[in-house]
Amino acid sequence: MNVWIAIALTALGCYAVKLAGLLVPAGALERPVVRRLAALLPVALLAALTAQQTFAEGHALMLDARAAGVAAAAVALLLRAPFLLVVTVAVVVTAGVRAVAG
Amino acid sequence: MRTDASGARDAVRTDASGARDAMGTRDSPGEKPDSAVVRDALGVGVAVGLSGFAFGVTAAGGGLTVAQTCALSLLVFTGASQFALVGALAAGGNPFTAAAGAFFLGVRNAFYGLRLSQLLALPRAVRPFAAQWVIDETTAVALAQPTRRAVRIGFTVTGASLYALWNLTTLLGALGAEAIGDTDAWGLDAAGPAVFLALLAPMLKGTVERTVAALAVVLGLGLLPVLPAGTPVLVAALAAPAVLWARGRRGREDAR
Repeated sequence: MNVWIAIALTALGCYAVKLAGLLVPAGALERPVVRRLAALLPVALLAALTAQQTFAEGHALMLDARAAGVAAAAVALLLRAPFLLVVTVAVVVTAGVRAVAG
Repeated sequence: MRTDASGARDAVRTDASGARDAMGTRDSPGEKPDSAVVRDALGVGVAVGLSGFAFGVTAAGGGLTVAQTCALSLLVFTGASQFALVGALAAGGNPFTAAAGAFFLGVRNAFYGLRLSQLLALPRAVRPFAAQWVIDETTAVALAQPTRRAVRIGFTVTGASLYALWNLTTLLGALGAEAIGDTDAWGLDAAGPAVFLALLAPMLKGTVERTVAALAVVLGLGLLPVLPAGTPVLVAALAAPAVLWARGRRGREDAR
């Protein structure tokens, strides 16, 4: 049930902001500080999420095969690999390290 | 799932005026064949649409049912928010903090909508239907087009192909994850962070962006052991206003 509540809230919230952008008069969100904040908010969230999902296990931090996979993805990104390849590299390297480490 | 946000913003001004100039003059130099627009749009729609597979696998691997996983792709349809919600729920976050993190990631779409509504010039009655497709990729494709006709084709073809494929591959990924059982053994728990990293990388162009990212990582990891699941990410989001505020302050001091 909790999961469905989370899904419903996210769906409503995300649809509302999409529609708001199309409906509000131009200028309402055009203040420079608002635009700057809107551009930086995803940077903060994505950075925190990347770090957590790489190093967190519940409430503890740990270094495991995921770190190797995400590091490999970072290298793929530096080499300008396409999106799908970046994700594939992360998955394959993580699985490989786990298989070897046993 | 990647968008060069600031580049798109720089481009929009010239695009917007170009679109206006080209209205009515069908053979203007800015004209682009419809087939070329469709090809660009399909390229993005197909490539990104296929990564719905990674989402389906991650969500089902994180404990969501196939129905819940598909509902997210159908109803939320903005990748970063979907991955964030699934990650937060899998980590044991309560539905409200999990949804809040996903919501804040989706706020950027409002700013895409602002740009698009000027370029698409849709009748008000159509906007509620177009809204669901206002995401990174449709915006990136639409903003790159030279005329209003091309903007509309680009937006529609990218939106339709991406929505159809993203939902189809989400279903396949969710069914696949149920079939293979232990998704961690296949390294699929690394798909989520890799997606976030791929979304983040093109945004890290300036010192401000990098400072915000670094501070957010420190907050996100540092607070993890002490705060309830899901809340460290929300606190880490404060890195954005904090860095902006600090810079604004320093700017004022320099000016003195």
